[in-house]
Amino acid sequence: MDLLIQTIVNGFIQSGFFALAAIGFVLVFGVMRVVNFAHGELVMIGAYTVWYVHAQNDVPYLVSVVLAILIVAGLGLLMERFLFRPMIDNPLGGLICSIGVLFVLQVIATYVGGEGPSKQVPPPYEGTLIIMDAIRIPYQRLFLIAISIAALIFLWYFLTRTKLGWALRAVALDREAATLQGISAVKISAIAIGVGAALAGLSGALIAPLTNINPHMGHNVIITAFIVTIVGGIGSLPGAVIASVLYALFHTFITTYFSGTIATISGLLIMVLVLIIRPTGIMGHKFSE
Amino acid sequence: MNKFSSPSIQKLVALGGLFAFLIVLPHFLKYHHQDFLIFLTINILVVVSYRLVTLTGEWSLIHAVMMGVGAYSSAILSKSFGISFWITLPLAGVAAGSMAALLSYPLFRLTQFYFLIGSFAAGEAIRLCWIQFIQPFGGTGGISAIPSPELLNIDFLEPIPYFYLVLFIVSVCVFLLYRIEKSRIGLTLHAVHWKAVLAESVGVNTWNYRSLAFITGSLFVGLAGALKVHYIGTVAPKQFDIGFMVFILIWVIVGGYRTFYGAILGAIILSILDEIFRGVDQLRPAIYGATLILFILYLPGGLESLLQKIKFFNPAKNQRFT
Repeated sequence: MDLLIQTIVNGFIQSGFFALAAIGFVLVFGVMRVVNFAHGELVMIGAYTVWYVHAQNDVPYLVSVVLAILIVAGLGLLMERFLFRPMIDNPLGGLICSIGVLFVLQVIATYVGGEGPSKQVPPPYEGTLIIMDAIRIPYQRLFLIAISIAALIFLWYFLTRTKLGWALRAVALDREAATLQGISAVKISAIAIGVGAALAGLSGALIAPLTNINPHMGHNVIITAFIVTIVGGIGSLPGAVIASVLYALFHTFITTYFSGTIATISGLLIMVLVLIIRPTGIMGHKFSE
Repeated sequence: MNKFSSPSIQKLVALGGLFAFLIVLPHFLKYHHQDFLIFLTINILVVVSYRLVTLTGEWSLIHAVMMGVGAYSSAILSKSFGISFWITLPLAGVAAGSMAALLSYPLFRLTQFYFLIGSFAAGEAIRLCWIQFIQPFGGTGGISAIPSPELLNIDFLEPIPYFYLVLFIVSVCVFLLYRIEKSRIGLTLHAVHWKAVLAESVGVNTWNYRSLAFITGSLFVGLAGALKVHYIGTVAPKQFDIGFMVFILIWVIVGGYRTFYGAILGAIILSILDEIFRGVDQLRPAIYGATLILFILYLPGGLESLLQKIKFFNPAKNQRFT
């Protein structure tokens, strides 16, 4: 019974990371129709920034988190300006460019961190919250879920309550019609990828003290992002958040009771099933090509 | 008529010359360059079979895993069941083709991105199964000590005989794939890509042709997988990961996906570049990544389009203007 409750709690905390890491991917795909294969590597760079700045050079953790957000957002803007913008008529071109970026970022990470074993960041918030002698939540994980929820609420506010957010959603729905209304689709695309990359950087910075950091950690992130995007409904942010919670619970349960690899295999199979049975996902609607 | 008769003799002579060159070549190479030549020849079959899949306009990310399906089935059949290579080789193709046939039901309900992501997911699920199920796939370490082919006391552990074997099989396969592309089926595949709605309205079942291309391409790449693992003697999930898939993509894109020989050109030139950069192992992925980005931005037609531009100044090509 304790294990069951503990697993549910772990699953919810995991969902914070999944949602934060995946939502940027969904945002960029929704607005630019580009599958950003390097999104997992953006998360990885966020984690590496924290490792380099905080763990290696003793800068306070929160400063390193902010730095991670800024660096990764900058990377995203560079990708938009020099790769995705020239490739806007060729969505497959954007995807292939992002694969190129993926390799370059992995090599950069290898150079900064050196080869050898995975890096560890000592948790800046030590100690564990114990509820009723049964459920244990390390403060670091509490911090992760709190910041994730705050960031998602902030994003929701931005998208639904500000003019810029409306414009962004308009471009996502119909780029041409939005342009005819005087919205600069190019500027909105840059904002979308900036915000998406910033969220990726934030998620990388938050997960850094809780995981092994290595140049290939982005691979699992991109698989998660794919699953969450498809199950939630392509281009739907609320769908992605719901799917993150469901998938995180599912993944945590299977990992606890069987193994991590089986969890990922079943996640991928569920995704293929969703593609067959309900290609629009939980919350999605069909886009016209 | 003229179009077919006179250049084809030239082509035959050129082709004969090429084969004579390829037969003599390994005798002048060092041991590890002979290895390299074998892998390069196998990779040519990989890119050419991938080209057949992409003819319908669907870029799949499962081709490397399909190669693995062929490799694993041949490895397991020959090692655990003691079946001869000459039987497991075609069976490897059949295995990969059947797997593709099975997957084409879910996958070809999708197009474009959805297909791309779906094929990636299906491939990754298969690959993770090889890692997860140690019986019979051997987990992360894979399967080792796979027997090499046996025929008339020829030692196929030596690179040169194995190269001749690979050269023969790959040449036959590439010829078949070439004929398929130039046949009525191949032309229909082009139609499915560029004018899907029109093709459907004149009675072409696009779903059938998409899956036909996918199954045939997978069948040939299954053969390539078997050829590869019976030479190196081991098979592991790492050999067929997304990294290798990206190499296939890069070869096809840098070479040029508009013509049949573009992909072959890309595989040859990039593999040779890769050999040159063998000293800086850490940097190699970045070099690949940067090459990919530069090509897609500045030379989207690939190397092959460069050749076309040069041909434009070639007087023979401009005859039709006079």
